Amino acid sequence: MAKITMREAISQALMEEMDRDPAVFIMGEEVGVWGGTYAVTKGFYDKYGADRVKDTPIAENAILGAAIGAAMVGQRPIAELMTINFAFSAMDYIVNQAAKLRYMFGGQFTLPLVIRAVGGGGRQLGATHSQTPDAIFAHFPGLKVVSPGTPEDAKGLLKSAIRSNDPILFIEHATMYQVRGEVPEGEYLIPIGKSKVQREGSDLTIVTYCKGLELSMKAADELGKEGIQAEIVDLRTLRPLDMEPVLQSFKKTNRAIVVEEGWKSYGVGSEIVSRIYEEAFDYVDAPIIRVAQKEVPLPYNRTLEQAALPQVTDIVAAAKEVLK
Amino acid sequence: MAETINMPKLGFDMAEGLLVRWVKQVGENINKGDVLAEIETDKATVEVESSASGVVLQHIVEQGTVVPVNAPIAVVGQAGEKVDASNVESGKKKEEKIAEEKSAAPTQPIPAPVASTPAPAESGPVKASPLAKKIARDNNINLASIQGTGPGGRIVRKDVEAVFTGQSSVIGKQPSAPLITYQLPTSIEDKVIATTKLRQAIGRRLVESKTTIPHFYVTHEYKMDALMEMRKQANAFLPDNEKLSVNDFIVKAVALALKQFPNLNATIKGNEIIQFGHVNVGVAVTVPGGLMTVVVKDADVKPLRQISGEIKAMAARAREGKVKPEDVEGSTFSTSNLGMYDVEEFIAIINPPEAAILAIGSAKEVPIVENGQIKIGWRMKATISVDHRVSDGAEAAQFMQSLAEFLENPVRMLV
Repeated sequence: MAKITMREAISQALMEEMDRDPAVFIMGEEVGVWGGTYAVTKGFYDKYGADRVKDTPIAENAILGAAIGAAMVGQRPIAELMTINFAFSAMDYIVNQAAKLRYMFGGQFTLPLVIRAVGGGGRQLGATHSQTPDAIFAHFPGLKVVSPGTPEDAKGLLKSAIRSNDPILFIEHATMYQVRGEVPEGEYLIPIGKSKVQREGSDLTIVTYCKGLELSMKAADELGKEGIQAEIVDLRTLRPLDMEPVLQSFKKTNRAIVVEEGWKSYGVGSEIVSRIYEEAFDYVDAPIIRVAQKEVPLPYNRTLEQAALPQVTDIVAAAKEVLK
Repeated sequence: MAETINMPKLGFDMAEGLLVRWVKQVGENINKGDVLAEIETDKATVEVESSASGVVLQHIVEQGTVVPVNAPIAVVGQAGEKVDASNVESGKKKEEKIAEEKSAAPTQPIPAPVASTPAPAESGPVKASPLAKKIARDNNINLASIQGTGPGGRIVRKDVEAVFTGQSSVIGKQPSAPLITYQLPTSIEDKVIATTKLRQAIGRRLVESKTTIPHFYVTHEYKMDALMEMRKQANAFLPDNEKLSVNDFIVKAVALALKQFPNLNATIKGNEIIQFGHVNVGVAVTVPGGLMTVVVKDADVKPLRQISGEIKAMAARAREGKVKPEDVEGSTFSTSNLGMYDVEEFIAIINPPEAAILAIGSAKEVPIVENGQIKIGWRMKATISVDHRVSDGAEAAQFMQSLAEFLENPVRMLV
């Protein structure tokens, strides 16, 4: 298998799907001539032309509104948000239109729409451009939320998202485009709504996704040096949430921590912990710990920013705490 | 319409009762007035009667639960009728609240029921993870016997599993191989016994009495020859189950003497002494786990045979834990008789809110000196304990003399 970066994996997924289906097109800020803020669509403009790789004004509600309309009349738009922080400008289109159109129109319309959004902190982009608001979007029934943690998953999940007839928010992490991982040769799809055990272990379960997966894998290596075998379950999709692998793992280890980059209060971890308590109460051997971002607007200062974001050392410490 | 049965208030100072036993189970038919459950109060175990007829639809509380007065305990209605959940819920909440308060106060251990029901296995919240609890439940292991190694002493999976592998730190567990070869005496370990509600009530009331009431004591010796002779004559006419005891005479004599000394048939409240109109003589009765005072109301006007019959019936109920509230309420002066145990004399602690108590020793045949001659005679000593705030030594001594007039001339009790 080839080892490629997250950027290449996403780029391959987009290109394969555009080659396969002429209804697929891309629109967003700087996606065309410039090749994308994170160079994901580099070369696309030259290959597919302005009709299928559309540069837009800096107006997220216009991007989403146009994409929703196109999806309703049979196109398969991929709308790119330069950062997920700009999604708030298009909130009504995302949660009130995209998430509800099929329901409001009694199934007369489907909405084959993918919103690619770049999220996460760690690049010193300041409090308003560094958020990880994944849980907010996962709150709304009608909107699927996918957030991969490996190049393999990113490619397979994005291809599935593009082929889905439901609106999907596909969240990529700003600091993970350079992450390398093995990706299968040839075409493959990964179903949306399936969590996956990314590393097997017997002592505790780490439930995580996206950036949290990268950090948790490193933490598991550290823990392994001390003889602690952590099992890592990658959610990959926040909605619909697949708890089965989480519960299976937890029933084996009886102890868990949940790692996410967003804030702890009302977050992904809160949801996972609640579900474990509800569905596997008799298997709980210790209170489950959430590892998350400190409850402050993310600082610009690098030292402070790193202090506020969850780190490998935080995960190692939480794992040891839950094993006490 | 289903009717909720509440915890009854049996006495002015009753705040809560322990539900000892359900007499009628869910699904059983019940008539108004039938005994539904047995409850234990500070003073007694009593029967709760149903105020409705029909079928027992629900027990809102479990046996062994302390329930506040007027909180619902059961629902009676027609078979198949739906139970109004709001009633039940509010009852449960109240009960939980009480339970929490109870567990917070170390002076209130869960009492062992007096009746035949076994006490609950775990007497307090054991800190254990849900998994540890489940493993323990599935394998019938008592968590209370395991030492937890988790944070704050929490029992976790490995602590329970260690019980199987024999590496546990089970409290009081015997070592697998004996270290010593000689036989130790049995029962060498300390036994911890939870006190009953009755024991707690006795403790509370008597600490209050002994620490707030200035007691003084007067002992008097009584000539019992005439009384013993009269008792013999009277009992010759009575069937076996109605024979008069020495104590029956004493109760009557005490009541008549109190009529002459109303200041000892009294209570003190702040700056006032209340002399009771009625003379209700309490008689201490030994019951399992403590003692109880049954009350002969208006003993001064009741014939001896009636006094005797009442005491017999109440004492029997008290010993069976079936005493009625009216059996133990309203005493104005108490007596305690240890005569049957060959006791020379003893002193008793005043039973609040009363002003005095009489402690009675054994009636014995002893050598006596009369007119320079040594003779054999019946003698009995009694000691009165008196609240010095109410009375003084001279009055107590005069009361004891007055009592002598009745005990030594028992015919006076008949006229």
